[in-house]
Amino acid sequence: MEFLLVQALSGLASAASLFLVASGLSIIFGVTRIVNFAHGAFYMLGAYVAYTLTTRFAGPLGFWGAIVAAAIIVAILGALMEMVLLRRIYQAPELFQLLATFGVTLMVQDLVVVIWGPEDLLGPRAPGFTGAISLFGRMVPTYDLFMMTLGPVVLGILWLLFHKTRWGVLVRAATQDREMVAALGVNQKWLFTGVFALGVFLAALGGALQIPRTTVTHAMDLSIIVEVFVVVVIGGLGSVFGAFVAAIIVAELNAFGILILPQISLITVFLVMAVVLVVRPWGLFGKPESAPRAAAGLTIRPWRPFTQMERAGVALVVVAVAALPFFLGNYALTVGAEILIYVLFAASLHFMMTVGGLASFGHAAYFGLGAYGAAFLVKYMGAPMEAALIVGPLLGLAGAVLFGWFCVRLSGVYFAMLTLAFAQIAWSIAFQWVDVTGGDNGLLGIWPASWASRPAGFFWLALGIAVVGVAVLRMLVFSPFGYGLRAVRDSALRSEAIGLNRQRMQWAAFIVAGTFAGLAGALFAFLKGSVFPDYMAIPTSVDGLVMVLLGGVETVSGAVVGAVLYKALAIWLMSQTDLSKLVLGGVIVVIVLAFPKGVVGFIEDLRHRWPRKGNGAGAPVGATKAEAA
Amino acid sequence: MSPLLEVKDLMKSYGGVHAVRGVSFTVEAGQMLALIGPNGAGKSTCFNMLNGQIPPDAGTVRIEGKDIKGLPPRAVWRLGVGRTFQITATFASMTVRENVQVALISFHGLISRVFGFAGAACREEADALLALVGLTTQAERPCGELAYGDLKRLELAVALANQPRLLLMDEPTAGMAPRERVELMRLTAEIARAKGIGVLFTEHDMDVVFEHADEVMVLNRGQLIARGTPAEVRRDPQVRAIYLGEGLLYDARHREGTAA
Repeated sequence: MEFLLVQALSGLASAASLFLVASGLSIIFGVTRIVNFAHGAFYMLGAYVAYTLTTRFAGPLGFWGAIVAAAIIVAILGALMEMVLLRRIYQAPELFQLLATFGVTLMVQDLVVVIWGPEDLLGPRAPGFTGAISLFGRMVPTYDLFMMTLGPVVLGILWLLFHKTRWGVLVRAATQDREMVAALGVNQKWLFTGVFALGVFLAALGGALQIPRTTVTHAMDLSIIVEVFVVVVIGGLGSVFGAFVAAIIVAELNAFGILILPQISLITVFLVMAVVLVVRPWGLFGKPESAPRAAAGLTIRPWRPFTQMERAGVALVVVAVAALPFFLGNYALTVGAEILIYVLFAASLHFMMTVGGLASFGHAAYFGLGAYGAAFLVKYMGAPMEAALIVGPLLGLAGAVLFGWFCVRLSGVYFAMLTLAFAQIAWSIAFQWVDVTGGDNGLLGIWPASWASRPAGFFWLALGIAVVGVAVLRMLVFSPFGYGLRAVRDSALRSEAIGLNRQRMQWAAFIVAGTFAGLAGALFAFLKGSVFPDYMAIPTSVDGLVMVLLGGVETVSGAVVGAVLYKALAIWLMSQTDLSKLVLGGVIVVIVLAFPKGVVGFIEDLRHRWPRKGNGAGAPVGATKAEAA
Repeated sequence: MSPLLEVKDLMKSYGGVHAVRGVSFTVEAGQMLALIGPNGAGKSTCFNMLNGQIPPDAGTVRIEGKDIKGLPPRAVWRLGVGRTFQITATFASMTVRENVQVALISFHGLISRVFGFAGAACREEADALLALVGLTTQAERPCGELAYGDLKRLELAVALANQPRLLLMDEPTAGMAPRERVELMRLTAEIARAKGIGVLFTEHDMDVVFEHADEVMVLNRGQLIARGTPAEVRRDPQVRAIYLGEGLLYDARHREGTAA
């Protein structure tokens, strides 16, 4: 009994930091409608800066002064990012905002290693809270008790700030109706910057306050952001009180989950999140999003199937690619096979994103599940490659059936966050369930059949599967089902009024995309001869997103071009620099800011500008979605 | 035989605001019925309850005798109800024809087909509908670049795709130029009479209402205060007091004046 109480107390102590970061994310979202993926990066920066200040400059500032100073410094950095980057993309689809802030996260990850080195850092203890007191016969660190009281105190301060100050009232007004606040003569720019700085301050404070409890590492950004996403999904985006309650729920579930299911502790959190989503899709204290924003992929240039000429052109390209084994060496062919696999992976994500309007930030889950599915068959049942390639992807399908059912209940940013959380759960299962998955060591010895064991043979296999896969996806785009999906994406109101069931159609699209991603994953397992949890990690998901974006979200099959370009660039970069994340993050930010239509979209723009001109005067009016009550 | 649309004691409140209070009426096949009233009278709320978009707090809505309680809009549509929106809702990424084709594909139960080119499906039928509303020359254009008046006509074509017996039109002419308004409503009236469709529409433009409605209902603060022919409603002192005013408007001369 005492043990349980102490466990509950330790959960409350972890809840404090989680609440600080989540409330910051929520406040920022409430006003700017941006889900700041870089929030975890700011949390991590807060910890690193606090480490430096407390160890080097503790004299003039003192420990507590250093903690606050660290949060302020990071908040200023956050404000700079808002002014330089986010101000340009407030009107963009949420996909671009998530990606741009993710690009910043990647850059920060490398910068932190450059500045502070790759080792974990151990900060000083907090003066006055170094000891432990005995509670119920067990020792509880006094710093934990301090953190426990901090949560409610910060909640109280935020309440006073939002209800008793002029600035706070403006923020709440902007949360409800930005346009009206602007019309009343409030300078929105500074309001947004101020809110962003406050949110980042809270995140950095949460990070800085962690240094007496845990080591400072360069992986703490992604681990916190996933937990924070779960917190805001449960609590409701935009609600500070919701973040408070949900942070306690999640922290307690973590504390007790370890006791109940030490193998897969995240499962308990997942179950609670699933229940909340079914009962209240917008979270416990959130509000349903009133008017959905334009989905990515919305174009006013209608899509057309290929003409005869274009088909012949594509066929020529495929034949040319198929002839490559006669000219290229083994290394190039292996790289080529990898690129082809990513073409299929990116095409599956592209299908779901552009036709379905579902921007998934966790598509790697189905890629990884397919890989594990194939590996299980080979390892545990001794199946040949051919069987594993057919049956393995079914695990990706099953994952998409299960996760997709929950995900399609949501849309927009909630959808993106939930897909990410599910992918993280799949990853942690693969990581923690060592008996079955081999954990971090993975499963080795997944070799292809003898006819495909030579690089040329495997290249042809990958080419065949990729071509058929992309062709099938393209056929779906132009089929009645694909039109229905686009209808659902374009206007939820109208599609419902012509008898279309949005959730069911999007679930089907989710499953299709998951299955093809699983097929790509199964192929990938045989290419590498092994399977690791990292196949499902966030970077793989983001790779897919960047490929789609680079190809062009408004195109039918741009992802194919995007995948080839991106994968070739990434492989080349890896060989050239140690700071690949920094470069990649920079590339993402530049694409979002300067090149939002991608390569294929850009080419199509040119093609349509030349033949006839002066056609599209005025803004399109057809995309209006809100219905006045 | 039960009436096409039968509404009984419909109620809806938002917090303390009683938006719709005990509204009952019927619509018969082939009838053009207008629902008018000042802003905030509950017209849109009432309307959105008729096709299942908002669940009523109390009361029943029956379509040809079938209670639609608990049915989502897509199921109500299957009962033969077409609808247009106050602010047009169309598929901006498709051409004008494709907008109609999707509705037809859904109507013919082909939406889950994963093969075949949807742009070739139900093409003649789509073209016939476009011809009906006068959009034949626009069929190939991207819907996103249509003028607002044309979008309203496109909505009508889409709403007719399921061969509805009841058509719900929420402010069908809002945002259109005066001449277009008269044309669109004349067209709607022709179609409705030719096919025996019952039409219920809300409208603020009294020219449109008094020229085309067979009957007019007046809603005020969530309650129906009058129903009758345009002439009767126009004479009703209560309606004059709260909505129409006392001016000598809405005669033929006035209409020609605005249309010119």
